[in-house]
Amino acid sequence: MLELILFYTFGTIAVVSAILVITRHNVVHSAAFLGATLFAVAGIFLTLQAEFLAGVQVIVYVGGILVLFVFVIMLIAVERSVHERQYNRQRTIALITSAILIVEIAYGLYRGRDSLILPSIVTPPAAAAAVGNSEQVGTALYTSYLLPFEIASILLLVAIVGAVVLAKKRTPAEE
Amino acid sequence: MDFAIDYILIPFIKIFIVFNVVAGVVALLTLAERKVAAWIQVRLGPMRVGPYGILQPLADGLKLMLKEDIVPAGADKWIFTLAPVISLVPAFIVFAVIPFGPADGFTILGHKISYFITDLNIGVLYVLSISSVGIIGIILGGWASNSKYPLLGALRSAAQMVSYEVALGFSIIGVLILAGSLSLVKIVEAQKAAGFWYVFLQPVGFILFFACGIAETNRAPFDLPEAESELVAGFHTEYSGFRFSLYFLAEYASMIVVSCMAVTLFWGGWLRPFPSVHSVVLDFLDAIPLAPLFWFAAKVVVFIYAYLWFRWTWPRYRYDQLMKVGWQWLLPLAMANVIVTAVLVLLLKG
Repeated sequence: MLELILFYTFGTIAVVSAILVITRHNVVHSAAFLGATLFAVAGIFLTLQAEFLAGVQVIVYVGGILVLFVFVIMLIAVERSVHERQYNRQRTIALITSAILIVEIAYGLYRGRDSLILPSIVTPPAAAAAVGNSEQVGTALYTSYLLPFEIASILLLVAIVGAVVLAKKRTPAEE
Repeated sequence: MDFAIDYILIPFIKIFIVFNVVAGVVALLTLAERKVAAWIQVRLGPMRVGPYGILQPLADGLKLMLKEDIVPAGADKWIFTLAPVISLVPAFIVFAVIPFGPADGFTILGHKISYFITDLNIGVLYVLSISSVGIIGIILGGWASNSKYPLLGALRSAAQMVSYEVALGFSIIGVLILAGSLSLVKIVEAQKAAGFWYVFLQPVGFILFFACGIAETNRAPFDLPEAESELVAGFHTEYSGFRFSLYFLAEYASMIVVSCMAVTLFWGGWLRPFPSVHSVVLDFLDAIPLAPLFWFAAKVVVFIYAYLWFRWTWPRYRYDQLMKVGWQWLLPLAMANVIVTAVLVLLLKG
């Protein structure tokens, strides 16, 4: 019962703030609501007994990505962007694309309808409680999912190298 | 009934005590800062309010409460109000996982009471992630003031935090490898089992952690976000009265957090010196009531003094020097420390 209440509380906060992120005129207000959404998602992770994921969610998304967002926002003129038109009035295209998206999601839900019925009482696996969440995530990442994990790290490395190359000042000899 | 007492009443009382002790220590710290500054500069410091100036924090607090609360005309009112709170709350809720003493504390009326509010199995991660949120308050506050100096302070703050947080995280990993747990209580217990504090195994890790910790809390010599000699008062230039005091509280509370973390991770937490040596005198020390709290507090005070001492002895880094130190020295050194520790642990244990 308590978990259900918590889930709906966090879920409501996440959805409402997410809507506010895209409807606010002021980008800094959007960023603040984005922070609220990310925190609410971390809360949902907590109700699922995934405290490691919740911690990582906050440190990576709020402490890292949101800070960088705000950092970039401060460098642009917010006053001007407030008065600019927020939507570019392309109703027809928007309607078509969102209709396609809705059909896709509905099809996905229909295909996976069997998994929507949850067992009445969700108990965390006994092993997770005994070993601890972080150990389990670590074991899963470095055994069953080693290859995807390494591919992700190479992808990030490529992104870092790319950013350095783009930001580097060129010496006269290179040009 | 027992459930209500164990899971609601006792934690509530503990939270109440911890909150008030931290707030009280912050008040004393403002006095300590001025006194230490005075001693280092061969002055007396505040002497007029109460004997030896001891009531100065009270007078300061009263003054801040009564001052006019100004919101600049061009400021973004919502964000301006919200920002100090975003800064303050994380600094205080981190104390929920700091272990001031062992789990088997003492018993009152049949209820076992431990020396901490809670023990999370992701303790270290919780502290890192929550304290990384406080910076958003600083950035938003600087932006919402709609004024040049706060904006510059906020920009510096963002760049500084992002650079030093990475090295801070890496500097802790050495300890995590040795202890094999993210829980702060288990880390101290591992130090007890090992027989010595981790600072002797991780001296590099400790120096990196404390240096990055000072940068994270915006204290000299890394206090570029406020840099009073160039930016007036940095991100909080436009703040006055109570709102300003919230920023002030947050800064001092995070100083205490970093000191507590340094003590817990590297200096044996609540353990007395020579935790594995048993002799009549040393065992007698353990028998004193509240001994763990005494050792913990004594160690924390040393680090807080170091904080004040650094502020009044070292000049501030220039902005490019700050970035250079962070990315070219602290981060590679922290990574090397992780690799060396991991290899040594594998060789010696396997």
